[in-house]
Amino acid sequence: MKPFEQLVTEHGAMVLRVCRAVLGPDEAEDAWSETFLSALKAYPELPEEANTEAWLVTIAHRKAIDVTRKRSRNPLPLGELPDRPSADPPEEDQDLWDAVKALPDRQREAIAYHYLAGLPHREVAAITGSTPEAVRRAASDGIKNLRRTYLAPAAASLAPVPLPVGFVPAPTSISVSKGETR
Amino acid sequence: MNSVEPESSALPAPLRAVDPAVLRALQTHLAAAAAEAGLLDLSYTTVDTPIGKLLLAATDQGLVRVAFDRENHDAVLEQLAGKISPRILHSPARLAAAVRQLDEYFAGRRRVFELPLDWRLAKGFRREVLAHLPQIAYGQTESYAQVAAAAGSPKAVRAVGTACGTNPLPVVVPCHRVVRSDGSFGGYLGGTEAKQLLLTLEAAA
Repeated sequence: MKPFEQLVTEHGAMVLRVCRAVLGPDEAEDAWSETFLSALKAYPELPEEANTEAWLVTIAHRKAIDVTRKRSRNPLPLGELPDRPSADPPEEDQDLWDAVKALPDRQREAIAYHYLAGLPHREVAAITGSTPEAVRRAASDGIKNLRRTYLAPAAASLAPVPLPVGFVPAPTSISVSKGETR
Repeated sequence: MNSVEPESSALPAPLRAVDPAVLRALQTHLAAAAAEAGLLDLSYTTVDTPIGKLLLAATDQGLVRVAFDRENHDAVLEQLAGKISPRILHSPARLAAAVRQLDEYFAGRRRVFELPLDWRLAKGFRREVLAHLPQIAYGQTESYAQVAAAAGSPKAVRAVGTACGTNPLPVVVPCHRVVRSDGSFGGYLGGTEAKQLLLTLEAAA
């Protein structure tokens, strides 16, 4: 049997991507820790032939359900977000996380488990209690919805930035003075 | 391997981007949480020394394995997973004392290791032999025959060689202080050069 550390090294990033997609960046890190802690506990009993990726995603899926249930029981008061600086996404990413959050659960899970974890539709269906065909549809609808609601940052940076009314661009030959005028 | 369909490249990059520093912090936190929950059966780390990188592994009882680079650390960890438990995490914090004492030893500032040891990987006569080794003082050597006599079986010279050759805790349990009766070094799991370096270090300090 592989040392558990090897699973963390090989699949840690994948599990973090999955947790972020399903729960959003704020709650992803706690879900990651709980997923690997549960996995560590059960690991000695895992059959040798088991697919470890699918197993880890199954645990992450259950943890996400737990978190979502807790959230609906004790919603976080507005303005009291947990202090997790490392989880704070850059501002331009917030639109993306909002778009992912707005997806129907099935579509969000299909994107996370199929595209981010790389599991085949059949495995995703087993984890979410669906059918491979429904997962295929949810994954493709999810991508379409994301494309519609979220403009990829790469494209956004190329788009002209709307300027405030009356704004006059400074001539490029004049360097911006470092000392601020007050 | 699962092939990810080309469509996945349409996923916005931030969904994939993972900051390695965040992952490292999560791994450190996991090791601490696992230890607290009693789920960490084996901690390990590595330490750079003049005789190469050493792997150190510990249970909650103490240091259980020291392995040379040439033993292949991945292979050693896999053996430990089979012999002790697969609940193994890289957890330098749990081996800080061992690392510090080894650093001191290689700097010539430590003559005796004061670490809890877990002897579970040495059984029977081999264990009796190994238990005698810390009594060979720093900078001294004994022959395989002397060690056999000290372990109560003067004829078991070959078995002493085997016990030293399979010492799960080399350097810390000083099998390098056992040499041939003719004064030549004899074999060493870490290589003859490593044995020579350790004995030279101890002779000079």
